[in-house]
Amino acid sequence: MEFISQFINGLNVGSIYALIALGYTMVYGIAKMLNFAHGDIIMVGAYTVYVCLSSANMPAFAAVLIGIVVCSLLGMVIEKIAYKPLRKASPLAVLITAIGVSYFLQSVAQLIFGSREVSFQSIIPLGAVSIGELKISGEAVVTMAVTILIMILLTLFINKTKAGSAMLAVSEDKAAAELMGINVNRTISLTFAIGSGLAAIAGVLYACSYGFIGPYMGSMTGIKAFVAAVLGGIGSIPGAMIGGILLGIIESLSKAYISTRLSDAIVFGVLILVLVLRPSGILGKSRTEKV
Amino acid sequence: MAMLTVKDLKVNYGMIQAIKGVSFEVEEGEVIALIGANGAGKTTILHTVTGLLKAVSGEITFDGHNLLKTPAHKIVSLGMAHVPEGRRIFQELSVYDNLMLGAYTRKDKAGIAETLETVYTRFPRLQERKKQIAGTLSGGEQQMLAMGRALMSKPRIILMDEPSMGLSPLFVSEIFDIIEKISKSGTTVLLVEQNAKKALSIADRAYVLETGSIVMSGKASELMNDPSVKKAYLGEA
Ligand SMILES: Nc1ncnc2c1ncn2[C@@H]1O[C@H](COP(=O)(O)OP(=O)(O)O)[C@@H](O)[C@H]1O
Ligand SMILES: [Mg+2]
Repeated sequence: MEFISQFINGLNVGSIYALIALGYTMVYGIAKMLNFAHGDIIMVGAYTVYVCLSSANMPAFAAVLIGIVVCSLLGMVIEKIAYKPLRKASPLAVLITAIGVSYFLQSVAQLIFGSREVSFQSIIPLGAVSIGELKISGEAVVTMAVTILIMILLTLFINKTKAGSAMLAVSEDKAAAELMGINVNRTISLTFAIGSGLAAIAGVLYACSYGFIGPYMGSMTGIKAFVAAVLGGIGSIPGAMIGGILLGIIESLSKAYISTRLSDAIVFGVLILVLVLRPSGILGKSRTEKV
Repeated sequence: MAMLTVKDLKVNYGMIQAIKGVSFEVEEGEVIALIGANGAGKTTILHTVTGLLKAVSGEITFDGHNLLKTPAHKIVSLGMAHVPEGRRIFQELSVYDNLMLGAYTRKDKAGIAETLETVYTRFPRLQERKKQIAGTLSGGEQQMLAMGRALMSKPRIILMDEPSMGLSPLFVSEIFDIIEKISKSGTTVLLVEQNAKKALSIADRAYVLETGSIVMSGKASELMNDPSVKKAYLGEA
């Protein structure tokens, strides 16, 4: 029973990693860059919802919606100001810029809200679900359900809509996509918007599951989501999902049965092991990039 | 006025001048061949026409539109399609998805379905393989897909960059037959080729490009008999 409940806890955390990993992987697949500020977007989302709830007394649904919109816009603005001018620059310059954006977001949050973590009252109205002796928190149920739903919607969006087919074309060959009449800049912008919107949802689910928010909440979480994306095969959407869930389960079980202090080391150890055996990740394809 | 006019075009790669003041014209309904050795600047010219590269100076006018001020993604809806060098099909997508991306800017569903039928009629292999992942097609089939994808936009002019490159002789003949048919159906063709013999045999007029400048131009039939062209490009003494 203990094992099953730890396993479900892993699914819960893993779902949050998966939602963040989706943003990493989509941006990498389409813009071919690692947006290391992506983790901090979950923090912005969580704080936005927190402010809407506590200062403006909004209904939870409206607050979450605003959080998604704010993060989507922020994602597009960051892309436009920080990354777009560097589209032909070296990957190293882009990486350093992304780290700069990450610190910028953390510092602004710290300036406005202080560096202390504040408690966050869960907005999930569902109580714990009991199956025999097993008790699953409402937060875990909702987090997993939302993640599965998003995964389905995202897959449909990419495979069934015109904007989705534009994304696939841009991810493969930007110049050829332009020749088809696809506005590559707008497609990249849309990708950042979607990824950041998903990060906002992840931020709220994180806050509800852990019960607190802080300026640095996106830092380690973001790194782990990045590990999840690489584990699953960066650029692959199902890969991000599998990588996230797997990471959550490994982390949760190692915390419960091996050592709380070693759990992060184990997570990164697994990453190294997978990359040695399969350099492109679980579902990743090794493909040659075109110019 | 010509359909496409290029005037005194100059294009650089960094400090290196790749196109040194090129002018040419394409009239509606013509097949124009642009021939020249590897590295002469043929691809650079086509990329500049469709907005993938920026010019240093010059003019490119298509149907009254200033193409040097038109972003690449807006060119296709003006009626100009570009079959790029190396085909550049979307390797991981199906044949059908590639063709539909060719019709990306079109909104008339019935018209798209109709064009798809004509493309399938022209390239029966594409219909047979419509669900196949494009990257698994043979080189000749990939070239057909690239051409079919361009035709899906129902262009009035089609730019083709070395369609015969790397293909077996049998496929080369097939591809040139198809280019002739595309031209007969009313589409203007600007054909870039290293295979000068084949290109001149189907072109109305031709331009000869050498290291970024046009050194000769005229009727294809005349160029074919020109001693210097024969020597340099047709492998004849
Ligand atoms: N991306 C590039 N950067 C620098 N030089 C280039 C680039 N692409 C082409 N060139 C140079 O420009 C010239 C023309 O190239 P290109 O247009 O590809 O010729 P062609 O298509 O006739 O073979 C060549 O000297 C080539 O080396
Ligand atoms: Mg070329």
